[in-house]
Amino acid sequence: MPLTDSLRDDILASVPSLRAFAISLSGNGDRADDLVQETLLRALANIDSFQPGSNLPAWLFTILRNLFRSDYRKRRREVEDADGSYAKTLKTQPAQTAHLEFEEFRAALDKLPQDQREALILVGASGFSYEDAAAICGCAVGTIKSRVNRARSKLSALLYVDGADDFGPDQTVRAVIGGNG
Amino acid sequence: MGKLVQAMKDPKSQGKGGLNAEIQSRIGHQLRAMYDDVVRQGVPDRFAELIRKLDSPPEDAASTPEQTAKNDGRD
Repeated sequence: MPLTDSLRDDILASVPSLRAFAISLSGNGDRADDLVQETLLRALANIDSFQPGSNLPAWLFTILRNLFRSDYRKRRREVEDADGSYAKTLKTQPAQTAHLEFEEFRAALDKLPQDQREALILVGASGFSYEDAAAICGCAVGTIKSRVNRARSKLSALLYVDGADDFGPDQTVRAVIGGNG
Repeated sequence: MGKLVQAMKDPKSQGKGGLNAEIQSRIGHQLRAMYDDVVRQGVPDRFAELIRKLDSPPEDAASTPEQTAKNDGRD
């Protein structure tokens, strides 16, 4: 469809969640914004292929996801946010404890296989249905469900078994850790 | 470690997939907090400007912005 004012407004309204998705995927604020820019340019260049009435955010997320993955194939993912560029993208610096917790969560998320990470973000943070997430990732609904479950299990193991102390686990867990240490 | 995993699987709070419901809720909360932090930043000027500039693409193909042409290809 042609780029109408309302479609343009809808694309603009999707930018905040596209950025959040890009940062969650890449772990790097600067690279995320480049991804969003590339996504917008590609979307606008191919706007004729967008079906009126279909899910615009899902269409935009698909473009971003595919760009990220083709980029990933070319150069290995930067696992570390060494210069803290991600933290700098946050307007409000969380309190110290919360910040530490946040960094641990980010590190654990980065350890997930890419398929699992994107599935978890799409369903658990972006709020897409399993069906939409499957369409975005080009796989079966059951595959998305299984990836989300595995992502949750792995995060749980990374955060609450291997490095449980910073997350304030419950008394039982703390006692067991203390007993083992 | 076996004892620890067992301790976390409190049957009273065990959720779908055998994972502790409280832990799953914390993970969900962390994930959304990370995500929503960015969402709340709104639309940075560079993107608002980008979309405004490309708002009315010229009829003449020759004057199509270079960046748009460059990214014309689809996956």
